[in-house]
Amino acid sequence: MMTLLWLIPALPLAGFLMLAIGGTKLPRLVAGIIGVGSVGLAAFLSLAIGVVFITAPPVGDVFVQHLWTWIDIGHFQPSVAFRLDSLSLVFVFVVTFVGFLIHLYSLEFMKEDEGFSRFFAWMNLFVCSMLILVLADNLLLLYLGWEGVGLCSFLLIGFWYKDSSNGAAAQKAFIITRIGDAALAIGLFLLFWEVQTLNIDEILENAPAILSRNDNVILAIGLLLLVGAVGKSAQLPLQTWLPDAMAGPSPVSALIHAATMVTAGVYLLSRMHVVFELSPLVMQTIAVIGAATLLVAGLSALAQRDIKRVLAYSTISQVGYMFLALGVGAWSAAVFHFMIHAFFKALLFLGAGAVIASLHHEHDMFKMGGLRKQLPVTFLTFLIASASLAALPIITAGFYSKDQILWFSWSSELGSPWLWFTGLLGAFITAVYTFRMVFLTFFGEARQQVTHTPGWKIKVPLVILGFLSLCGGFIELPHTLGNLHLFSGFTERTLPGVQVSEAAASSEWILQLVAALAAVGGVGVAYWAFFRKPDNALQVQESTWAGFLLRGWNFDRLYATVFVNPVVWLSGINKNDFINRIYDGIGRLASMVHKMLSRTQNGKIRWYAMGIVIGAVLTLTIVILL
Amino acid sequence: MEVLFYIASVIAIASSVMTITRAHAVHALIYMVVSLLSVAVVFYLLGAPFVAALEVIIYAGAIMVLFIFVVMILNMGSAVEQERKLLKPGMWIIPAVLSLILLVEFLYVFLMMDIGLVNHEPVTPKAVGTSLFSKYLLGVEITALLLMAGIVGAYHLGKREKKVVHRFLKEEGETE
Amino acid sequence: MQTPAEYSMFLALILFVIGLIGLLVRRNVLFMLISVEIMLNAAGLAFVSAGAKWMQPDGQVAFIFILAVAAAEVSVALALVLQLFKTYKTLDTDSTNSLKD
Repeated sequence: MMTLLWLIPALPLAGFLMLAIGGTKLPRLVAGIIGVGSVGLAAFLSLAIGVVFITAPPVGDVFVQHLWTWIDIGHFQPSVAFRLDSLSLVFVFVVTFVGFLIHLYSLEFMKEDEGFSRFFAWMNLFVCSMLILVLADNLLLLYLGWEGVGLCSFLLIGFWYKDSSNGAAAQKAFIITRIGDAALAIGLFLLFWEVQTLNIDEILENAPAILSRNDNVILAIGLLLLVGAVGKSAQLPLQTWLPDAMAGPSPVSALIHAATMVTAGVYLLSRMHVVFELSPLVMQTIAVIGAATLLVAGLSALAQRDIKRVLAYSTISQVGYMFLALGVGAWSAAVFHFMIHAFFKALLFLGAGAVIASLHHEHDMFKMGGLRKQLPVTFLTFLIASASLAALPIITAGFYSKDQILWFSWSSELGSPWLWFTGLLGAFITAVYTFRMVFLTFFGEARQQVTHTPGWKIKVPLVILGFLSLCGGFIELPHTLGNLHLFSGFTERTLPGVQVSEAAASSEWILQLVAALAAVGGVGVAYWAFFRKPDNALQVQESTWAGFLLRGWNFDRLYATVFVNPVVWLSGINKNDFINRIYDGIGRLASMVHKMLSRTQNGKIRWYAMGIVIGAVLTLTIVILL
Repeated sequence: MEVLFYIASVIAIASSVMTITRAHAVHALIYMVVSLLSVAVVFYLLGAPFVAALEVIIYAGAIMVLFIFVVMILNMGSAVEQERKLLKPGMWIIPAVLSLILLVEFLYVFLMMDIGLVNHEPVTPKAVGTSLFSKYLLGVEITALLLMAGIVGAYHLGKREKKVVHRFLKEEGETE
Repeated sequence: MQTPAEYSMFLALILFVIGLIGLLVRRNVLFMLISVEIMLNAAGLAFVSAGAKWMQPDGQVAFIFILAVAAAEVSVALALVLQLFKTYKTLDTDSTNSLKD
């Protein structure tokens, strides 16, 4: 059974190839079956393999399947090999399972679209790349998957290519993540230079010994890998691409920009935990970046009008939580939050997509309202997911994962009360903006009527994800509420546990209470501000600080002034520099000579006869005189 | 008898000059005929009676008549005024200069060779005919082809699609 | 008939040059054709006088050929002149310059 591991990425790849080559000629039904079936089979397979892995774990908790040697130069021999351990199993499960649900959803969501088979082809390619990323045995193969998801993100954001603003958004995403990719590549070069291998197992073994001789190198490698993760996961300062990436279809936003691609950074950081643990400065940087991001993004989400942009900023904020967890050493907590976040964020995006589709592509929340009665299933699942996002206590899965992060940010040796306080503030703000979104969209008077309600292919994934958003957290209960550590027990076969400082251990239940109060308090504030007085919402929206938050703290303007405009100005100068002038000059010279010569062709016979005579005279003269 | 030669050449030159300076087409053609006739006299004086006859019959008698027919068809009487206006004296300078230079060069080249006085004995038509059909037979055949092509081309180009059907361009030139 | 042979050559040259001047100066296409005829005639004269000098029939044979060629050329040329007149309604070659660059 474990030897079928290679099929997990291969099935979506086969789906992509089939759809890419013949997709437009196939009937929609067949294309849909291929697209959904490949990911569905991969999901089933990952479930089966996962069961085998959990019940009968292989030696050392790692299973490596070597397919072939990719490059063979000297002592550099990266191979195409897949490595399964508890960390990658979690990621594989989430990617394939949530991916399958999203593909099923897309069957109905994209059924009118003319690019139906193209959509599924690229989605399959994306799933394949993401699976390669998380299953990679060495960092070069991981980088292949990294680039692959970046490509698919670009292709899918600009899916409706006929509108050029979608293409611009896709370009922006690609360019900004490219900055991260370049840093990652340099980090890999440096790592290879020092440790002489890119194989993950060997790095995990040898790196501590080799790298701890040189502090600067560790700092450099750590920071470079961090920049790579920051780019892909849309953290500060490279977060500007994600809100604009909402130009893609909602299933794309759900799969790529909520559940999977943006968490590739989290995967990278947790996979390379050995390297990061060697440098406390880098760990602190990770935590600070996470904390700052979650605050900035959370505040920005408070002022958005477009429902998908709220969710985009929310994603940035939640990945910030994951980074915060990684930064304080709570590796398992970050992965746990990743899994739960994938469930409820995908659900939120799918629900938002259903709402948008039912209202004829209306994105502005202020033009929605009263959808509670018109779209009951969507409303219910959306409410469950929002509750999970806001981390309402005890009943939702989000409570358990976020609470764990908050607890470890206080109590870990690398944590600090400031980080905890930022996380708490973020939790409060999360609850406010989440329920603002719910109240504006589903409650109040209906400003538009729903034209058609979603079918079963949309409802079933929503319900399944809703169930998971509620119950998915019960596998990891904190000390005070049951002390069940199924998840962390599983992941800690691969990732190290958190070093909890002794002094803080006793105050866990106080912190939990405070966090629960923050969440409920946030819901209350949202209720009071946006439900009781709906005109309030509009008034708030018009104020100047709301404008600042709406534009994402003006990061776009900052980057435009500092980076984009100088480069554009410089290339404008470069377009006409003196080398260009030389070539232009040659062209213009030829053109001038042409104009001069063409004046001799004036179409008059006498002129030509004159030419002949002059020629004869000259020739005779030359003959006579010589 | 040399006087005859000089008179004929003077007439030829004068009438040629008159030809190219006339405004009226028919006048020019008449002068041209005169020029051709005087050149025929020169031919005769050179001892080529057959060619002189041919010159008169074909060149002056057929080709010039052809020109006159075309002028009649084109009805160019009204263009005379325009022609007079176009023939300004200033226009003659440059072509005259160029042609003069050419003439000088020709003369120079020609005078470099020394040619003495020779007896002109007439070359009989019989000799011409013999040469034509023995040495230059191929040329004769090709000339026949050329004339055929001329006929066909002239017919086709001169055809009027609309009203008048008559063919006005008849091929007259032929060899004997 | 004791004319020096080169005198008729001179005559031919002068006639040729006159024809050339006529070709370059006149704008009416008919006159240009007439000038061309003058030039052809002059060339023929040159041939005949050369043949007379050497007392061989080749000069006259050449003249016959030139005559035939002139005839054919004139007939086709005049047909073209008629077509030109039909198209442009004028025989002025300076205004028929639509082949200019």
